[in-house]
Amino acid sequence: MHDVLTVCCYCGCGCGLYLRVEGGRVVGAMPSRSHPVSRNNLCAKGWQSFAFIHHPDRLTRPLVRKKGRLHPVGWDEALDAAAQGLRRVREAHGPDRIGVLASAKCTNEENYLLQKFARAALGTNNIDHCARL
Amino acid sequence: MTFGSGAMTNSIAEIGEAQVILVSGSNTTETHPQIARRIYEGVDRGARLIVIDPRRTRLARHAHIHLQIRPGTDIPLLNGMMRCILDENLVDDLFVEMRTENFLALRDMLYRVDIAQCATLCGVDEEQLRLAARSYARAQRSVICYCLGVTQHVCGTANVRSYANLAMLTGHVEQEFTGVDPLRGQSNVQGACDMGALPGVLSGYQPVSDPSVRARFERAWRVELPTTPGLTVLDMTHGDGSSDDAGVRALYVMGENPALSDPDLGRVRATLAGLDFLVVADLFLTETARLADVVFPAASFAEKSGTITNSERRVQLMRQAIDPVGSSWPDHRIIIELSRRLGYAMNYQSPAEIMEEICMLTPIYGGMYHDRLDNGEGLQWPCPDRRHGSTQYLHKYSFTRGRGRFEPAGHVPPAEAAEEEFPYILVTGRVYHQYHTGTMTRRSDLANREYSRPLIEVHPDDARKLHLRSGLAARVVSRRGSCVFTVRVSERVAAGHLFATFHFAEAPVNLLTGSASDPVARCPEYKVCAVRIEREA
Ligand code: SF4
Repeated sequence: MHDVLTVCCYCGCGCGLYLRVEGGRVVGAMPSRSHPVSRNNLCAKGWQSFAFIHHPDRLTRPLVRKKGRLHPVGWDEALDAAAQGLRRVREAHGPDRIGVLASAKCTNEENYLLQKFARAALGTNNIDHCARL
Repeated sequence: MTFGSGAMTNSIAEIGEAQVILVSGSNTTETHPQIARRIYEGVDRGARLIVIDPRRTRLARHAHIHLQIRPGTDIPLLNGMMRCILDENLVDDLFVEMRTENFLALRDMLYRVDIAQCATLCGVDEEQLRLAARSYARAQRSVICYCLGVTQHVCGTANVRSYANLAMLTGHVEQEFTGVDPLRGQSNVQGACDMGALPGVLSGYQPVSDPSVRARFERAWRVELPTTPGLTVLDMTHGDGSSDDAGVRALYVMGENPALSDPDLGRVRATLAGLDFLVVADLFLTETARLADVVFPAASFAEKSGTITNSERRVQLMRQAIDPVGSSWPDHRIIIELSRRLGYAMNYQSPAEIMEEICMLTPIYGGMYHDRLDNGEGLQWPCPDRRHGSTQYLHKYSFTRGRGRFEPAGHVPPAEAAEEEFPYILVTGRVYHQYHTGTMTRRSDLANREYSRPLIEVHPDDARKLHLRSGLAARVVSRRGSCVFTVRVSERVAAGHLFATFHFAEAPVNLLTGSASDPVARCPEYKVCAVRIEREA
């Protein structure tokens, strides 16, 4: 059993917390004592911030739509299908008919890469996130 | 915006040291518990608390002054307060002279404002309005916190500017314990903006329309970049779905659920269903993912490393605790692989390497290397280089844009008013933002137990008139659609108003809301919508 210092995934306060890991599973969360925001305290959501991680509803395999229904497939097939679909729209309608939505739940590195992906790989500034909503 | 940057000017810790704390449109106790804790600590130390909110929230009950305004009347309220400050000579003349511009335009506008009229328009007591203005202006250390209750209006941008006007007029911006603080909803809203996940700017708010900015990024990325600002999320999700429509034909969605969170849902779902191609990366099979052509299983925050940035600009390291669940991948890996297949290779061994590139290209993040953030509390931007420490508060000697600019604003009536057929005003609970569309929290048993049914709050007087009791089912109808809720009779809402949350797929409240939005920020008007309510058999 060990604890990993990380940050709560829920609100913009950004509390520092420890995730307790046992046998490859996250089994608990505890506040960081010295963290300037959490100061040894978490709200109800923070204490529960690990609860969805091992939920049975988690998606565990990529899905691709075939004949109207989503089917589990391997990563290569899913990535190829996604690349092909995006390329087809870009060729038919141009890059500005593709949009990309980023997430306030993902990391800075991921949001940075996603806007780079939109601008450099797809060739469009159609990137936004849902936080203004 | 008025100061030149969209971030909290203070640190969270400073809020507890202020003498006057003005909180607007934020149900802080529920949406930002740790900030609420600072506010309560401040009040214990003797700070005065002013709350501006149409609802009698928990925080409002503890306030010295609660200005329970009609939804959408922030601007007349603030104009009234500023007129009072002007009349009573409480303006910080030196600050206005040295640090701001366009004051005369504001002053001339304020001379046309009548305080009594403002109070009537807002539905608040004139003396209370004056009292709030005086205590905010007179204190040495006054701080303003606002949340989505302020921005989610047709006049959201003007609302924000008006709060900035108030702060600049009284000089409450440049020092420790004074400032204007937008509280960010989800964990990394601040970071998503900082990283340039916006149609008009690259990372660090550098405009795509600026050729010298583009040149720097083009050199680093070895590619030519598009020059015109792109579409906003509303433009993308509210197209008419036809092929000659100017919207998008394909969409890549990372970790969001617009099919439940966007306003005017019927139209969003039609747009999403009408796309030629939809790719979604998420932890769960959300309403949006169900419509997709390809769905990628993404890893959660416990299964990857990287940084996120909180409301006070604090960039912190998230550490990987376990391997990705099932064969899920972190989003960065998905993007890298997909980009390679589209003919644009991205070579990174780890998120730390991605961050190095961010540091190189983003002045405010210039010193945010992962090894430096490994200190248990991260660093607050701006942090331009490796030697620079954390920045506790902004605008010490100058604003980001040079001088702070006063932007006078007049009252903009909400897009929809109550009328005979739809006599009630529905205010939606987008401010209970932490649950967002519930994809994560609804899968946590405890959170579910505490708040498990879609509720509509009705004032006791209205409940009596309509023969509604707590626990009964009621149908709410707007011009756009209808949905059924469980009634909760509560004095938290004012008479004539209803309040509903939007975390539940069973009662998607956004079927009711309109898509009228702010012309500048394109932030939809979730807050106000005319409805009727009837008992459901
Ligand atoms: S523990 Fe609560 S207050 Fe802290 S970041 Fe998480 S949700 Fe926000």
